[in-house]
Amino acid sequence: MADLSNDFVGIKSPNPFWLASAPPTDKQYNVERALRAGWGGVVWKTLGEDPPIVNTASRYGAIQYNGTRVAGFNNIELITDRPLDVNLQEIKQVKRDWPDRAIIVSLMVPCEEDHWKAILARVEETGADGIELNFGCPHGMSERGMGSAVGQVPDYVEMVTRWCKQNTRMPVIVKLTPNITNILMPARAAKRGGADAVSLINTIQSVVSVDLDRMAPEPVVDGRGTHGGYCGPAVRPIALRMVGEIARDPECAGLAISGIGGIATWRDAAEFISLGAGNVQVCTAAMTHGFKIVEDMASGLANWMDEKGHATTGTFHRAAVPNFVNWEELNLNYKTIAKIDQDLCIQCGKCYIACEDTSHQSIAALRDDQNKRRYEVIDEECVGCNLCMHVCPVDDCITMVEVDTGRDYANWTTHPNNPMRKEAAE
Amino acid sequence: MTSGPDITTGRVSAAELASSFDDIHPPLDRRTALIEASRCYFCYDAPCVEACPTDIDIPSFIRSIATGNVKGAAETILDANIMGGMCARVCPVEELCEEACVRNTQEDKPVTIGALQRYATDDLFDHGLQPFKRAPDTGKRVAVVGAGPAGLACAHALARSGHAVVVYEARPRAGGLNEYGIAAYKVPNDFAQRELDFILGVGGIELKLGMALGRDVSLSELRQNYDAVFLGLGQNHARALGVEQEAMSGVLNAVDFIAELRQATDKAALPIGRSIVVIGGGNTAIDIATQTKLLGAEDVTIVYRRGPDHMSATWKEQQWTQSNGVRIKYWAQPRRLIGWPADAKGTALKEIEFEYTQLDEDGRLTGTGDTFALLADQVFKAVGQAFVPTAIEGDRSSELLEMVYGRIAVNEDRQTSLPDVFAGGDCVAGLDLTVQAVQDGKLAARAIDRKLRA
Ligand SMILES: Cc1cc2nc3c(=O)[nH]c(=O)nc-3n(C[C@H](O)[C@H](O)[C@H](O)COP(=O)(O)O)c2cc1C
Ligand code: SF4
Ligand code: SF4
Repeated sequence: MADLSNDFVGIKSPNPFWLASAPPTDKQYNVERALRAGWGGVVWKTLGEDPPIVNTASRYGAIQYNGTRVAGFNNIELITDRPLDVNLQEIKQVKRDWPDRAIIVSLMVPCEEDHWKAILARVEETGADGIELNFGCPHGMSERGMGSAVGQVPDYVEMVTRWCKQNTRMPVIVKLTPNITNILMPARAAKRGGADAVSLINTIQSVVSVDLDRMAPEPVVDGRGTHGGYCGPAVRPIALRMVGEIARDPECAGLAISGIGGIATWRDAAEFISLGAGNVQVCTAAMTHGFKIVEDMASGLANWMDEKGHATTGTFHRAAVPNFVNWEELNLNYKTIAKIDQDLCIQCGKCYIACEDTSHQSIAALRDDQNKRRYEVIDEECVGCNLCMHVCPVDDCITMVEVDTGRDYANWTTHPNNPMRKEAAE
Repeated sequence: MTSGPDITTGRVSAAELASSFDDIHPPLDRRTALIEASRCYFCYDAPCVEACPTDIDIPSFIRSIATGNVKGAAETILDANIMGGMCARVCPVEELCEEACVRNTQEDKPVTIGALQRYATDDLFDHGLQPFKRAPDTGKRVAVVGAGPAGLACAHALARSGHAVVVYEARPRAGGLNEYGIAAYKVPNDFAQRELDFILGVGGIELKLGMALGRDVSLSELRQNYDAVFLGLGQNHARALGVEQEAMSGVLNAVDFIAELRQATDKAALPIGRSIVVIGGGNTAIDIATQTKLLGAEDVTIVYRRGPDHMSATWKEQQWTQSNGVRIKYWAQPRRLIGWPADAKGTALKEIEFEYTQLDEDGRLTGTGDTFALLADQVFKAVGQAFVPTAIEGDRSSELLEMVYGRIAVNEDRQTSLPDVFAGGDCVAGLDLTVQAVQDGKLAARAIDRKLRA
């Protein structure tokens, strides 16, 4: 049986599944329920200085897609609205009662060294395993010069990270905001500041929908709305890409990554880990289904690892990173074409109309001698774009088959159409 | 000791009746409709559309439901099939659109097109919306004979195009089989009437009730007074069993009883036998059997002379009546009606003798010679209906009206041998279904419109 135990920058937990800093980790009661359910660790809901902030009603908006609820999730909540003392006391208690779990404290205080110094001392006193610097909150806090207002300025990221490293023995994880053009800038800054790890992504600035009756962005608070932070399944591809960019960046080498964003299943976790994450954090999936989902995440990951022969997550950690390259490094002589399995085909015609209307007119709509619909790929026309495969509602009915072009690997850098091509090395 | 038939009223309580005659398939609510709509793949050249006799653009209307454009969905449906609401309730979808749905191939469970169609059209009716506007008056007048699905569909389409339509209907109420022929539990809450009001709501349609062709008005007169005529006469004759003594009391026509039941203000007031035998294999047989069972008959048996696959009632309808406690006996035909000893009122039915049947080597139905008898207080004949052209006989016009296999001959435009006379529905050849009648009426109206504008 695969070993799921996790060592993230020296912080140990029985599995790589942590709860992200958010309502599920806002207080002892929730956190204890989570740990009982089997979560490997938690990042406590972000602490700030007293007096605590106040939150609005309501706080959430959600995207439904084809009957699936909470396909994307949006919140206008701020950091914890409970007094600092209460939180610290509870953290201390939880760490004492659950010594084998990772208890990380998320922090956000004004951008001055004294403030950080003061709070770090108090967090250290709880026995917590590490801190996460919340430079990511995209709403409310950034207007006060905290959260993503800091995360969007690499120099500030570096400076605050350095203050923290200088003022605590605890490992420092810097949580990055995705609301920035190039995620490498703050990641490299965190590294320069001495961060042990980065965690990403925090939420993406968003307006989840407009209430067309009240004519206001949702969630509507007494007739008005504001932009919020977007998360949940919809953001996973964005998060995955950002994690991968940092993982393959030579300047970020050695910087650990805690993957966050839309993770809901063991498969999501396996993907993040293979693309560079040392562990993963979950928020929306837990808020949608409760803490019990961790059971399947753990057993699913272990079963998959057994099947693939991975004894620990270490053996597939970063396994996909070398294959994540720039476009110009892709082989232009590689060819695939679509193949339709006529036995599986249900004759919905979706492949045909997608290719006919919007791609390369490479599928023929035919009728057989019994006037039954039949869709066939015109091999010579197919460019191998895989649109048909994606729109086909039947698993494995359309597959992309490799075709031998008889030509060796060659990419854009040497392609005759490239005005800036390099001469191929002889 | 029993000495006569056990036929009585009020076999079930009013409360039981109310629940058993409620909707057989409760309508979808918004949530279930959205989930169901999301199952539709929005197929290209969708097989379901091809299987719908009225060519409703099914993927488009389902997509409109999914996007929350329910009114748009209803418009798409009603534009192709003005009785989309009724069809959603009565179409044998398991042999039409839903049978063709690609989801069957994939997972044996089609998108429930009929239920979604009902969801959209109900919504429009519930909001009292009228999506159709009459075109400016053309000054042309068309007579429609028969206010059933074919006649009303034709009338609506013509009125929409700006023609003035007068509908002649022999019965006291309009609707045809929708009003008189469909089982009560398929159309609770007076749906047929609401649909009729909706159809008439477009304007330009005048109803003349109690006016029978051949009695109160002749085809020649209509041809003289109108620019075109549409005949939606339906079938007017219930077939006989062809055994002796069919006039015996207790031997009834299923269609008559179903009509009575639809018109009854108190269903419990209809006399129902303890033991009932239904003879036939179509929708009517299923409907009469199920309804008499719901009205409190103890034993109801359908006897059909061929096997389950030969029945024109679909497998689903057979299952449905069986799940209501009706027994179906296949492969037997009636031989003899046996009565109680005659009294002053004549002879009343006691039992029926059947002979087992089989197919011979040439595939012809033959009796085996073996028999059995079933006790029956009432027997309902549901062996089909026919079109008897008495209404159009003995008048110069109708002499020229060509017939094929006992029905009025029409071409693709539903035009008869008389160029200004069109016909559709059960009085012409084709599927005897509401949805087919609607299509006939629609196609005839298009052709008439083209002709009148030419
Ligand atoms: C309601 C809500 C409150 C959140 N509050 C915080 C917070 O206080 N501090 C923080 O670092 N991230 C906060 N987040 C962001 C999450 O920790 C996480 O980064 C983000 O939701 C992406 O993960 P997910 O897709 O699994 O939800 C919050 C998210 C939500 C939905
Ligand atoms: S009219 Fe009848 S056959 Fe046509 S789509 Fe509607 S339910 Fe199906
Ligand atoms: S065949 Fe089924 S899935 Fe395809 S369009 Fe029709 S209802 Fe939708």
